[in-house]
Amino acid sequence: MSKRGWPFLLGGLLVALLLAGVVSNYASSHPDGLDSSLLKGCTVNADDEITGGTCPAQQAKDHELADSPLADYGVRGIGNDFLSTGLSGVLGVLLTFAFGAGLFWLARRRTPTGAAATGAGAPPPTGDR
Amino acid sequence: MHISNGIIDGPVAAIFAAFALAALAFCVLRGRADLDDRLAPMAGLVAAFIFAVQMLNFPIFTAGVSGHLLGGALAALLVGPWVGALCVAVVLVVQALVFGDGGVAMLGLNITNMAILGTAAAYLLIALLLRVLPRTPAGLAVTAFVSALVSVVVASQGFVLQYWLGGTTDLGGNLGGLAGTMAVAHLLIGIGEGLITATTVVTVAKVRPDLVYALRALKPAVPAPAVPVAGGVR
Repeated sequence: MSKRGWPFLLGGLLVALLLAGVVSNYASSHPDGLDSSLLKGCTVNADDEITGGTCPAQQAKDHELADSPLADYGVRGIGNDFLSTGLSGVLGVLLTFAFGAGLFWLARRRTPTGAAATGAGAPPPTGDR
Repeated sequence: MHISNGIIDGPVAAIFAAFALAALAFCVLRGRADLDDRLAPMAGLVAAFIFAVQMLNFPIFTAGVSGHLLGGALAALLVGPWVGALCVAVVLVVQALVFGDGGVAMLGLNITNMAILGTAAAYLLIALLLRVLPRTPAGLAVTAFVSALVSVVVASQGFVLQYWLGGTTDLGGNLGGLAGTMAVAHLLIGIGEGLITATTVVTVAKVRPDLVYALRALKPAVPAPAVPVAGGVR
């Protein structure tokens, strides 16, 4: 990382944590574009549960990991919806960052950056890290 | 836009799982050229950010339909097409394995639509638009908006193709109906995707233009008057 890389990284993570931890509670809980397209032909109640008719969505089966402790963006055992959703979002952001950055770090190019590796227009590497 | 278990049959899901795996392996090979000590943590951040924003379903129409960011265009703009597709795939894997979102058996289908088709469509447009549009924040915003919108519609039609191949309900020849419903819904979702993508990328470009891959990698078609600008923006 360049010297000014860490503040950006931490700032970005903070924004992601706020979005997933707080703002997520104000998200729409209605089916998304794909799910609603598959509901065509069925009637649904106020909770978006199928009440009649025939539609492709009726073929849907349970998720393999439906009883995962974080299934459906909630933390099992936490009764407060706001807290449950928010905490699952925070854990998801941290997990995704750890998993993603870890994989990308392992897969990164390790050739010394001195040669032609800096590419066009990029500032020369300062060698800090 | 995550496919649940049971919607597409097993053989077609397996074929797309093999396709997705091959495509992601190719992305790793090509992406390694971009992936240095600096980009690796940034790519992790992009994946985490996409995870967060994917939780934020916004309403479309006035009825009970929502949509959320897919992130292919955003990732392609910030970390390039190869690493970008991998970022979206990382999000989809975490969602399927930890959050019960999108069937594990459907992962190959979902990765194909959102990570591969979405990112590929976005980057083709980004590469075109960034070369022809002026190097201004407005040019970047238009590039981000258009590429994000189109990428969502393309991803939605990837699902229609998969449904044609292995959908578990006989639509009675009315695949066109599904294609139309999907296209209209995802055109509207794409507007949201476009606004989020443009806002995010223009913000990053304002703070750290050097962290926007597309601005580093893509040179304008007509070289601007020879005024060297630090950071390469506009």
